[in-house]
Amino acid sequence: MKVTTAAMVAAAVLTSPCAAWAAGDEVVIGDIDDMSGVYADVMGAGGVEAIKMAIADFGGTVLNKKIVTLVADHQNKPDIGASKFREWADQNGLNLLLGGSNTGVNIAMAKVAAAKKVPYFAIGPGGASLTNEDCTAYSVHYVYDTTALANGTATAIVNAGGKSWFYLTADYAFGTQLQTAASKVVESHGGKNLGAVRVPLGASDFSSFLLQAQASGAQVLGLANAGTDFSNSLKAANEFGITAKMKPAALLAFLSDVHSIGLQAAQGLYLTTAWYWDLNPETRAFAKRYFAKMNREPTMDQAGAYSATMTYLKAVKAVGSTDPEKVMAELKRTKINDMFAKGGYIRADGAMIHDMYVMQVKTPQESKYPWDYYKLVKTMSGEEAFGPITGLCPLAPK
Amino acid sequence: MSEIFGIPVAVILGQLTLGLVNGSFYALLSLGLAVIFGLMGVVNFAHGAFYTLGAFAALLGLQWFGLNYWLALLIAPLLVGLLGVVVERLLLRRLNGLDPLYGLLLTFGLALIVEGSLHQVFGSTGHSYPVPQSLAGALNLGFMILPLYRAWVILASVVVCFTTWFVIERTRLGTTLRAATANAALLQAFGVNVPVLKALSYGGGVALAALAGVLASPIVLVNSHMGTSLVIVVFAVVVIGGMGSIFGAIVSGLALGLIEGFTKVIYPEASNIVVFVIMAVVLILRPAGLFGRE
Repeated sequence: MKVTTAAMVAAAVLTSPCAAWAAGDEVVIGDIDDMSGVYADVMGAGGVEAIKMAIADFGGTVLNKKIVTLVADHQNKPDIGASKFREWADQNGLNLLLGGSNTGVNIAMAKVAAAKKVPYFAIGPGGASLTNEDCTAYSVHYVYDTTALANGTATAIVNAGGKSWFYLTADYAFGTQLQTAASKVVESHGGKNLGAVRVPLGASDFSSFLLQAQASGAQVLGLANAGTDFSNSLKAANEFGITAKMKPAALLAFLSDVHSIGLQAAQGLYLTTAWYWDLNPETRAFAKRYFAKMNREPTMDQAGAYSATMTYLKAVKAVGSTDPEKVMAELKRTKINDMFAKGGYIRADGAMIHDMYVMQVKTPQESKYPWDYYKLVKTMSGEEAFGPITGLCPLAPK
Repeated sequence: MSEIFGIPVAVILGQLTLGLVNGSFYALLSLGLAVIFGLMGVVNFAHGAFYTLGAFAALLGLQWFGLNYWLALLIAPLLVGLLGVVVERLLLRRLNGLDPLYGLLLTFGLALIVEGSLHQVFGSTGHSYPVPQSLAGALNLGFMILPLYRAWVILASVVVCFTTWFVIERTRLGTTLRAATANAALLQAFGVNVPVLKALSYGGGVALAALAGVLASPIVLVNSHMGTSLVIVVFAVVVIGGMGSIFGAIVSGLALGLIEGFTKVIYPEASNIVVFVIMAVVLILRPAGLFGRE
């Protein structure tokens, strides 16, 4: 029995994560993200690298305390994300959490942020409910949301003639919120929504859903999904000849998706982004340093992770403490001016208002060098992109 | 455009065609299960795991050895079949004469180990496997565009299923196999090496699963959980067809694929459960299955 006991103890010790016991002399930044699933390329390991770059650029310490990073994979499961957040808040002295992709997980984590009073920057998720029904005093929705995506991409496509829409929707919070936002934009611009089909997250075969979309006779195939779901559904739509009659609408597409689909298949797609590596000298400078480490150009989420980390650390330095209330107050007072956003600010409901860009994917002929994928169609001001305060968040009445 | 019950014919035909593709996979997998159960009395819960292994063998064969699709079609089932023989000799043989429940638990545990290991090593994202050049392109069937590869899947499955059925029902080897099921001791008394026969039939059954895996690789993303959801439906198919009936497995697999496709047109929400509803009805009315022999 001694061997068994020893084995059980060993198993327990080996399976528990290496907890860095943060005493008061460390500032702990956590990143909970999809590291291995459909959204792994959107932020993932690159996001971790971006956070570390920000910490290094800031100097590695703040208020004479060492800055430490914790990373976890939520595997697209809300309970895993929330319990990890709780564990870090209780046992590791977590000061800041960065939330990676998956709206469902982030909604669960937002609740933990409110309960544990930990500043929480949602970088990866799209669901606009994070600054509406699911808002908290400690949440900041930093990079993009479903409202901005719809206002950018759906508007561009309806104005280009795509009047009737059918949606292929990822069957969870993000997909449904994106579909709702796009539907509103389509209707307000004189278009019609003919229907939608819900697809499980991470589905591997889209063929029968796409046939249903084709049967609707709509002009536009609204892809209310992201990551590998998006790239696979677009590839299947091409394979089944659906894109010959229906124009695909990439309601959320990242640079990593365009890279994996290739310009031949992705050319002409409209998409809305918060940031692009080739926008200006500052973005290019950051991208160059990131590329040296990751051998890929950064997506908007990865750039956002860098900027969010910097913004938080600057706020901590400014107020001289990591006290959550003081830091949140400072964050909502200051303007954000860095390579990610110019004149950006955090609204009462937690939304970080900054310019958004409507882009169109270049044709293979138009692309002159590796990762030269987008051409700018329109710059939307933050107010235009994210829309007015809806009043659904108690912290920001109309 | 003509309509049936208010639904355009083209839409129905489109979903039925896709249903036939799914049905081909159901048929191949339930064939393997029926072979194993019929000849060995083992409820092989690891069948989905072997399907996944077949797909991974094709994927890794391409990535590590540059093995093209056609070679993978031959080599992956062979390798997985060999693995099956090893599993049978080392593990399943020890359960001879015990309650069938033990076989079920063992194979279930095996499935968990295989899938967990694959998940650990390869992550949960699907890996894409390219469609072979010779099968790229599409057929215009009028009511839909069908990628050539999916037409190939239907053809390949039908050929393999028919060949297997023929071997088992119409050849001497098949007769020997069926005799082993009926009365192994007596057959052994006649000098037939029954243990080897059993090992080979298990290997053969899982090789069929692996073949289905290779066929599936260009269609679905190769990931550690691709077998799990599929194998549950396949078990329902085998129950409907009759647990020991080869013919029943093939026909039920194809028919249920078609029914699932049809349901997707009429009432998509039910398409996931229609197979189980039918299974429940069949079990109530004809417990031995539609083609079962009890």
